[in-house]
Amino acid sequence: MKNKLIQKIEKAKLVGRGGAGFLTHLKWQAMLDAKSSLKFLVCNGSEGERETYKDGYILTNYPEEVINGMRLAFENLGITKGYIYLKPEYFKIFAKKLKKIIGGLNIEIFEEYGGYLAGEETTLCNVIEGKLAMPRQKPPYPTDQGINNQPTLINNVETLYQISKIAKDKYQNIRFCSLAGEVKNKGVFELPATLTIEEILKQTKNYPNFEFFVQAGGGWSGSILLSSELNQAPAGTSGIIVYRKNSTTVMKLAEKLIDFFVSHNCDKCVPCREGTYRLQEMIKSKKIDELKFKDLIFTLENTSFCPYGKSLVIPFKDIYNKLLKC
Amino acid sequence: MLNQKINIKIDGQNFVAQTGETILQVARKNKIDIPSLCYHPDLKVQASCRLCVVEIAGVKGLQTSCMTKVFDGMDVKTKSPQINKARQINLELIFAQHVEECDDCVWLDNCKLLKLAREYKVKIPRFVDRKQKFPVHQFGQSLIFDSKKCIDCGLCVEMCHRQGVDFLERQKKGNFFQVEPSKDPKKDCIYCGQCLVHCPVGAFEAVGEFEAIEKFLKQKNKVVVFQFAPSVRVSIGEEFGLEHGSIVTDQLVGAIKQLGVNYVFDVSVAADTTTIEEAGELLERLKTGKNLPMFTACCPGWVRYVEYFFPEFIPNLTTVRSPQMIMGGLIKTYWAKQQKIDPKNIYVVSVMPCVAKKTEIERPELKIKGIKPVDYVMTTRELARLLKKKNINLTKVKKQPADCPLGEPTGAGVIYGTTGGVMESALRSALYQLTGKKMAKPDFKAVRGNKDIKTAEVKIADKKLKIAVVNGNGNAYKILDELKQNPKAYDYIEVMACPGGCIGGGGQPMPVDDEIRQKRINSLYEIDQSKKIRLAEDSPIIQCLYRDFLVNKKDAELICHTRYYKQKKGNRVLKG
Repeated sequence: MKNKLIQKIEKAKLVGRGGAGFLTHLKWQAMLDAKSSLKFLVCNGSEGERETYKDGYILTNYPEEVINGMRLAFENLGITKGYIYLKPEYFKIFAKKLKKIIGGLNIEIFEEYGGYLAGEETTLCNVIEGKLAMPRQKPPYPTDQGINNQPTLINNVETLYQISKIAKDKYQNIRFCSLAGEVKNKGVFELPATLTIEEILKQTKNYPNFEFFVQAGGGWSGSILLSSELNQAPAGTSGIIVYRKNSTTVMKLAEKLIDFFVSHNCDKCVPCREGTYRLQEMIKSKKIDELKFKDLIFTLENTSFCPYGKSLVIPFKDIYNKLLKC
Repeated sequence: MLNQKINIKIDGQNFVAQTGETILQVARKNKIDIPSLCYHPDLKVQASCRLCVVEIAGVKGLQTSCMTKVFDGMDVKTKSPQINKARQINLELIFAQHVEECDDCVWLDNCKLLKLAREYKVKIPRFVDRKQKFPVHQFGQSLIFDSKKCIDCGLCVEMCHRQGVDFLERQKKGNFFQVEPSKDPKKDCIYCGQCLVHCPVGAFEAVGEFEAIEKFLKQKNKVVVFQFAPSVRVSIGEEFGLEHGSIVTDQLVGAIKQLGVNYVFDVSVAADTTTIEEAGELLERLKTGKNLPMFTACCPGWVRYVEYFFPEFIPNLTTVRSPQMIMGGLIKTYWAKQQKIDPKNIYVVSVMPCVAKKTEIERPELKIKGIKPVDYVMTTRELARLLKKKNINLTKVKKQPADCPLGEPTGAGVIYGTTGGVMESALRSALYQLTGKKMAKPDFKAVRGNKDIKTAEVKIADKKLKIAVVNGNGNAYKILDELKQNPKAYDYIEVMACPGGCIGGGGQPMPVDDEIRQKRINSLYEIDQSKKIRLAEDSPIIQCLYRDFLVNKKDAELICHTRYYKQKKGNRVLKG
């Protein structure tokens, strides 16, 4: 079945803005093709990445566009119920305002209980069903069996905003970049998606005049990039955190990051539950046993149940290779 | 499309598989060993241990075989340096959360962890055990949960959920989720022990397993009497390398006697008494219309479930005691009188397929004139361990029949060990008691088999009896819900908490799965079929018993009947 809006989304090459980078039109097509009398839509405003604020920015400035994106999903895909899934901080700020904009649409504003993993899409389904925040096995994908095993479309806040723009033929390939860390102008900036990290730092008048490195692409799970590696666009959720080289103790940074991952994972699978704990143990002891470290990274990356464990290794590999070994 | 035949390759060998199957299922069927701790065929895939990783041609990275479905032309490798490395590291991580206490472990003879440790050259102490200070919990007089050994695979939580109990749950403590007993006052353990038989690493054990198995040997100046449950005769052989379901009744008696025990009785004889009493009670209730449907109460797990979770149904439980309690009572009254022994000087040990039976014997209302009918319960596993410790090989001992006068059961008393067995025995007797007629072929096939719930209408004389047989406690609430809507939906209901009945009990040899349970069940029916006497009332032992001893109703009440009460929560922390 051809659908004009889906064709437009495909033409725009829109990828999900939650960080995983999946082509949005494929999800929409799967939802359109799904045969069920119940179809759910979730606007994912969990934004669990640390030092990333773009979903909050969009909900502050463009809530109508986001709801319009949801309305389009209702109309084009036969959605029967929608959720706006918000972390507690966002629920407090936005729930009332969003309720007014929703009007007659069957949308529930859902307060999740926070935590990084709660934004992962199969975990999100469990949370909405009132179960423990744990990922589910894929396949089935949520578009087949999501909430209550019914087809469920899960789109990030920014993705729905962009869909609204696409529908109005006003789509410009812009991204919402969170700038954080040691920068003068903190905040979220709307910039062309083609800009490199260096250009972003310069355009936002944030390019440091001191030695630095950045973490880019996904808050605390983003890649660590040296100042010589900034000739590339930020990946994932497009956030950039700037660290001052002289005043950043690398092991302290590593400890801050691993503490976060140890306390935010779901403890379901061995590599992520035990592996992050052993990484933490090693980092806290300030002695990195190279073989052990590499083994832990290996098993996290290759055998974790869900993307959380697979991707959390990124900053640690970078810290080890780029900051500690040199 | 489901159930289409497809071709896949595992390690270069071709296999026919079916769509919908996982790689692990196909591998197991074809005897290809892929290591896994958190997979149990009874339960939903957990995919948490990450040991069953394999490589699939054309697919990036390692895939877990327990959750990856096969596709036509799939080419799977189960061994490679990458795979081995991943398994080794994950095993090391698992060992770091499992405090080993191998000597006393329920898996001592077939520990998967140790086997894998050798196979993958695991450095067991590579990381410091993180659970050393974790608590030990005790549930009733039945179960010990040592959370120091738990590897968080999730199977016990899943099984407890499947049992309809949800007492074990994952709770967050500090940075970790860990398995903990629920603090919810509405939930408690029913002592079925299914967590124990589904735990891959021995974090659960029966109370006393195995440190108290020699307790009875220290009973000075007492006459020690053993009794064994119907299902033990078809399961204990497995502990000695025999085929699943091997019938070893006389070897079992011979082995116990070799321990120096002089008297060994068969609980199935008491089951015949249970049958007669229960059939009589059923007919009485049908006559008066009171407290229907009647529920069986042989299974202490099920009884506790009713008493704790659904006390409004307590009046529906039959007042007839379970066979082990009746037998204990008979030993300390009937047999004691015959032998002229003071019942205080008799020490009764039951060999049971069950850990809930350990709590059952402590119920104060079961005492007869102040004396506990049964003094100690050991599980099938515990007896096997004791025999091995004493170098008694069950397969080589002199076969002996159980002792007179409580040694020769009818077929009806033996099938108590399977789901549907109590129902079938009672139906045979009810028909006889009502009409005086005996069936040429006393088979009630509608109540047999492994279905979750079996329902049937059975014609007994001019009565149409609506019956239900519930296999596994997790299915019980369905029937109870139905009864809340329609109290007259059934007349008689059997519930066994463990899947398959006692043959699948929490005290039985491990591992266990559908195939093994079926073999044990088949053997019980084989024994029934081979017995000349298959109706409890036809047993000469039982006839004597009612003629000489249970002469009036009062005697029968004292020894064969009991009461039930709303129960309190029964768990506590032992250490930690």
